[in-house]
Amino acid sequence: MAKYEPVLLKRISKENSDTIESYLADGGYLGLMRILKDCSPSQVIDLVKSSGLRGRGGAGFPTGLKWTFLPKNHPGPIYLCINADESEPCTFNNRVLMEKDPHQVLEGIILSAYAVGASKVFIYVRYEYGDAYRATERAVNQAYEKGFLGKNIQGSPYSLEAVMHKGAAAYICGEETGLIESLEGKRAWPRIKPPFPAIEGAFRKPTIVNNIETVACIKNIIDLGGDWFKSLGIPPDPANPRDAGSYGPKLYCISGHVNKPGLVELPMGISARELIDEYGGGVWKNRKAKGIIPGGNSMGFMTYDELDTKLDFNGPGKVGCLGLGTGAVTVFDDQTSIVDVLYNICRFFAHESCGQCTPCREGTSWMYKIIERIRKGHGSIEDLNILEEVGNRIGTMPGTTICGLADGAGWPVKNAIRKYRSEFESYIKNGTKKFRHLHLQMAHH
Amino acid sequence: MATVYINDKAVDIGDKNLNLVQVAELAGVTIPHYCYHPELSVVASCRMCLVEVGEKKPDGTVVMQPRVIPACQTPAKDNLVVQTATEKSKSAQAQTLEAILLNHPLDCPVCDKAGECKLQDYSYKYGNSESRMVDDKNTPPNKPDLGHNISLFTDRCIMCSRCVRFTREISGTAELHIVNRGSHSEIDIFPTEPLNNKLASNVVDLCPVGALASKDFLYTHRVWNLKTQDSVCAGCSTGCSIHLDTNKNVVYRLRPRENPKAQGYFMCDDGRLGYHYANSGDRISKPQMKTEIVAHQNSWKDIIPALRTDLKAIGTKKPNGIAVMLSPFLTVEEAYLLASFIKSVSADAVLVLGPIPVIGEDDHYPKTRGTTPLKPKFTIRNEKCPNRKGVEEVIRYFEKKVVSVVDYLNQTIPDVMFVAAGYPDKDGSWMDSNLLSLFKKIKLLIAQDLFPSELTLASKYVIPSATFSEKEGSFVNFSGLAQELHWGCVPLHQVRTEGQVYLDLLERKGLLQASTIREEIAKAIPYFFKFSGGKLGENGIELENLS
Repeated sequence: MAKYEPVLLKRISKENSDTIESYLADGGYLGLMRILKDCSPSQVIDLVKSSGLRGRGGAGFPTGLKWTFLPKNHPGPIYLCINADESEPCTFNNRVLMEKDPHQVLEGIILSAYAVGASKVFIYVRYEYGDAYRATERAVNQAYEKGFLGKNIQGSPYSLEAVMHKGAAAYICGEETGLIESLEGKRAWPRIKPPFPAIEGAFRKPTIVNNIETVACIKNIIDLGGDWFKSLGIPPDPANPRDAGSYGPKLYCISGHVNKPGLVELPMGISARELIDEYGGGVWKNRKAKGIIPGGNSMGFMTYDELDTKLDFNGPGKVGCLGLGTGAVTVFDDQTSIVDVLYNICRFFAHESCGQCTPCREGTSWMYKIIERIRKGHGSIEDLNILEEVGNRIGTMPGTTICGLADGAGWPVKNAIRKYRSEFESYIKNGTKKFRHLHLQMAHH
Repeated sequence: MATVYINDKAVDIGDKNLNLVQVAELAGVTIPHYCYHPELSVVASCRMCLVEVGEKKPDGTVVMQPRVIPACQTPAKDNLVVQTATEKSKSAQAQTLEAILLNHPLDCPVCDKAGECKLQDYSYKYGNSESRMVDDKNTPPNKPDLGHNISLFTDRCIMCSRCVRFTREISGTAELHIVNRGSHSEIDIFPTEPLNNKLASNVVDLCPVGALASKDFLYTHRVWNLKTQDSVCAGCSTGCSIHLDTNKNVVYRLRPRENPKAQGYFMCDDGRLGYHYANSGDRISKPQMKTEIVAHQNSWKDIIPALRTDLKAIGTKKPNGIAVMLSPFLTVEEAYLLASFIKSVSADAVLVLGPIPVIGEDDHYPKTRGTTPLKPKFTIRNEKCPNRKGVEEVIRYFEKKVVSVVDYLNQTIPDVMFVAAGYPDKDGSWMDSNLLSLFKKIKLLIAQDLFPSELTLASKYVIPSATFSEKEGSFVNFSGLAQELHWGCVPLHQVRTEGQVYLDLLERKGLLQASTIREEIAKAIPYFFKFSGGKLGENGIELENLS
């Protein structure tokens, strides 16, 4: 297979890659100017739709289709929110894009705003991403100076205002309605749906929320064409009429017990094993992988035997994971206790649950207390059954919660117990004798 | 015409906008819920009302949705099918209860809410009998000074957020908010703004569990020992419908009673906490008559006939020498009976209206923190008496016009005046010094009041009044809504209700039956023609045509 040349990450190693001068010199904003001159917003929507682009934020919803949910002939204003909250653990592709090539992202933002008819775009960056926020803010200022933002962009009738907004350290602000509530200055409690944000979103106006990586793809679809996008990745499974395909390049974040953790851009659909061995430098210390988390904590686990699964939108689901998620692959080796891994994950979700609805607020806390007790050596087999039951019953899929955090909290729990049950049982029976506890570092509490 | 099927029972909801909790109620089915309240915004966060919902297709087949849905956020549509007791619904409800009980302390033995607690009730009906929680429960510190009258037991809170939404949407004062995240979330106030608005104690009723407590009632009584009667608050002319909770003739608390014709669901703190005068040891507890001999007479057996004789004597000698002051605290029936009695003694006797206590302006809620005025959802009225309208209409029937006691006494000093007061103010502060000096000019005074004052000292006859908690009768509020009072306490010591005293004066046998008196009033006074039948129903009857 010919080596894939990165498109999204093409410029990140260049010096001053984040300046507008560097960006313009590399042909930046030409796509935007062409679109503003020659294409109507609906033509852009059609182009994105036909490209088969699916959102990179974790849900994989077809982007062009989402854009068509806006009400027709709305007097406005319509808002675009860019979700740069990137709080899914082990994910850092948005950060790299914002720090190293913010203008690519910005051009994608302006193109998307033009397509949906937005008059204002809110760029919501998580509080912890100081460098990414500042780089994006500089890019926005530079774009205003050069006339790519503000009134009558490059002399066209289209005007767009960009507003930078910082989060305040909450995972739930990555949920689209949680983000909108936070943007409005309220507690980030996700809203009940319906109404959906496209009908009633930020400040009660129609709002589209898109991920950073998604809008970076849009910029390149405009430049290189929808056919280019479709030439990469995996077409839909003909046996499954609901499959929307997994097209385009994907930024895979490799982290954990590998020799070369980092960010790599590849066409959608590489297998996990190939990703780790060819691009991640293989598992460290000559060890074997016990398993991986394929797309951020919420997705669950893939065992060593399942590593040949393709990392596209369909693959992980075939082996019982929630989905592709953010495509952030975290590897843990065979010397790691699965109890430690699950403890860390449960602690995260108990800490991040917003507390609005009962099943998630109490369920995540309960799961955390149980796994903590198991880890200390006082667990029982009944605890595993309770963990699995709670993991199964909280979430939007059974219908018991308001947002998807609960689905993400329960999936790794029930996944881990199903796929690694024997390890849990032997840990419970033998107590703490078998594994050394890994001391958890906490960034903040 | 939309039809919704609740547990296979068809309910026609017409063209009303209802959610499924309301529709189920119409069908007589209870869908358990905590965070939903008809007066507050829908948040669907407690997840107690999860039910299975589906659609009935034109060909008759029913397609149910695969996941459970909260009933409170689902609008009722034609051909919607709701199943509240299937395996899936019941297990979702039981799961929610299990989740709520994970961190809920086992406080029932020391918790005020026991006996009227929705967590107890729903656990009994929809929950599990055993807990699987063996880990430590969260124990956030309690907040006993959330407000003047409000104490928060933080560990009992189930985060339904009803109290927070109440202070935002109904009182508009927004003192309450939620701090922290996840299972460590707590209700709290802002540093210098305790929960002290005039509607504050409604959050105690709204709270489904015993987290928010009324300090006035805390630890005073178990609710299952309380006797509850439907009554009306005597605090102002809004006339909130209330539940009167008593035991052994002591009033323990008042709670608002839902009445769409009156005030809705809430009541103000002044009314709610303004019952203590009924239990006061300072009340006049027996009738009294001053005689020439040193010992005063104290028995009804002697005083009633003596009073009747005294009045008749003056009535025959000087027909327009008798005046009666009717206070706006009397019930309609009492005002009518006293007026009838006096007119039977002398047709020229004069009826006047007692002072109407007015404090400040009408107080409208919700308050706004901005500049846009909001539509009032609750009003505390500045007229601090319950029955001015009712008493005025009785006076107007007999006298053709309503004159205040001050205006009358400034013109004429009668030979005898029967002052039927019954004001809850101590030391006669319902009279200003001007009125008191006017009263003192009258030779023969009959004072009927709750508390001793200079007026009672100056009166030959002192008749004790009864409180609204001891009376049967009706009040008419500011809008003309007539509501029934039911007594919860037997009048203390030797007190008789005003109505009973007037019946005795009229020499009518037997105990006072308000419905019988209402029948008479309906026939006599056109304003009260809707009183016929004697019963006003639990929500009262509007006497005036509302445009």
